[in-house]
Amino acid sequence: MSYFADVGALARKDLLLELRARDTLPAMLLFVVATFVVFHFSLPAHSSQLAASGLLWVAILFTALLGLGRAFVPEREQRVLDGLVLAPCDRSAIWLAKSIATLAFLVAAEVVALPVFALFFHGLSGATVAGVVLADLGICAVGTFLGAMAVATRARDLLLPLLFLPLAIPIVVGGVGASVVSAPGRYLAFLGLYDLLFGLLCWATFEYVVTE
Amino acid sequence: MARPNRLSLTTVALASAVLVIVALALVFFVAPNDANQGFSQRIFYFHVSIAFTAYGCFAAGAWKALRYLWKHDPRADLESYVAIHQGVIFGTLVLLTGSIWAKISWGHWWLWGEDELVLFLVLYLFYCAYFMLRFSVDPGPQRANFSAVYALFGVVLIPVSFLAIRIARSFVHPEVFTLHGPNFGGWILVTYCVAQAALLVFAHALYRIELSGKRLDLRIRELRIA
Amino acid sequence: MTTAEKYVTAAYCVIFAVVLAYVVLIAFKLQRLEREVGELERQSKAEDDERETVSVG
Repeated sequence: MSYFADVGALARKDLLLELRARDTLPAMLLFVVATFVVFHFSLPAHSSQLAASGLLWVAILFTALLGLGRAFVPEREQRVLDGLVLAPCDRSAIWLAKSIATLAFLVAAEVVALPVFALFFHGLSGATVAGVVLADLGICAVGTFLGAMAVATRARDLLLPLLFLPLAIPIVVGGVGASVVSAPGRYLAFLGLYDLLFGLLCWATFEYVVTE
Repeated sequence: MARPNRLSLTTVALASAVLVIVALALVFFVAPNDANQGFSQRIFYFHVSIAFTAYGCFAAGAWKALRYLWKHDPRADLESYVAIHQGVIFGTLVLLTGSIWAKISWGHWWLWGEDELVLFLVLYLFYCAYFMLRFSVDPGPQRANFSAVYALFGVVLIPVSFLAIRIARSFVHPEVFTLHGPNFGGWILVTYCVAQAALLVFAHALYRIELSGKRLDLRIRELRIA
Repeated sequence: MTTAEKYVTAAYCVIFAVVLAYVVLIAFKLQRLEREVGELERQSKAEDDERETVSVG
């Protein structure tokens, strides 16, 4: 299955680049911890635990945006994207590989962020963690796709949050629902539905984003 | 140029004018007063009709976008853009009329409990970003591709957002305030149908007008170069 | 209808009347412009066809 071989090769390239440069992941980690500290000061004294749970999702979303903003910059700066498009691989493999790499960074950041959150605020249920995993899939799929578009425009990193946030609202609803409601099943199912629908859409249409 | 079996622009405009006048007459002079809300409930006929018209515009925009990507129809990019532009205009009207209705019914200018209004707010943000995207890229096939793909995302977002807002109700501050439509029956149903048809035709007239204006612009520019 | 309701009705009708009149007038104007531009395009094409018969030195 050379499609998955292509995806693997491209994803490995991104991960290796990050391992050498080591700039995106540390920035995301520092950002998310700093955000938690800001949350402590923005939640008035008798705010419920639920407010903190909601804010966790805000932190995840904006940390992801930080990472996503950088996702296609190397490709653009070194015109690698044109080369990738000329390569005899399915264009959607580019998107899938980049999503997987971004997912790896996001998960790595969350492996640190979630315990820190539990330390600062309150413990996390299994449903919350499941929600985070499902949400990460959606965030990376859609965010990578939009990042590829944004990087080709004049406005670049100004545009990505504008494009991404309306599409991220259902993810936040699913995630916060899974975190705070006693019967999180349908919120997790909703997140799964979102991932499926938008993942398919991204996979099917990425071709048009990189070709003309 | 225009396909020969299409209705002429003036026909569509006149038809829409007639329909809207009939709708106005029905809404204000024929439809009965609502038992609970009285006269102010009549804004419902416009608000809901405009809402469905906006959905229709976004759907039309996505359809044209699909035609552009799939059938490589070069005219479809502009048609998709104009349809979405109309959708945003009508979306603005939905938010405005909804806000006015909320103020009249409950005394608040905004109701988070009204699902349709919240959905329109999310879609409004999404489609405003469509314009930011489109104007951030130079005209050409890449811009058309980006716009088309984004329009498709929009149409998938509509039901997903609707579902999200519904399931969010159990943890977002549950408000008792919502906007109530009338109990359908008799003249109320007829008035609503006429108002809906009138606004759809009116939107189509505006769409054809804007499309014609933009195409004329392009043709005149080409003539000048030639 | 109370007086307030009459004012609301009048406001709606006046605004819609103005918008509809504008829409119909613009539609007429655009249709005329489309016809004129079509003629200009035909003229321009005819001139181009004439010019093509002259060989390029």
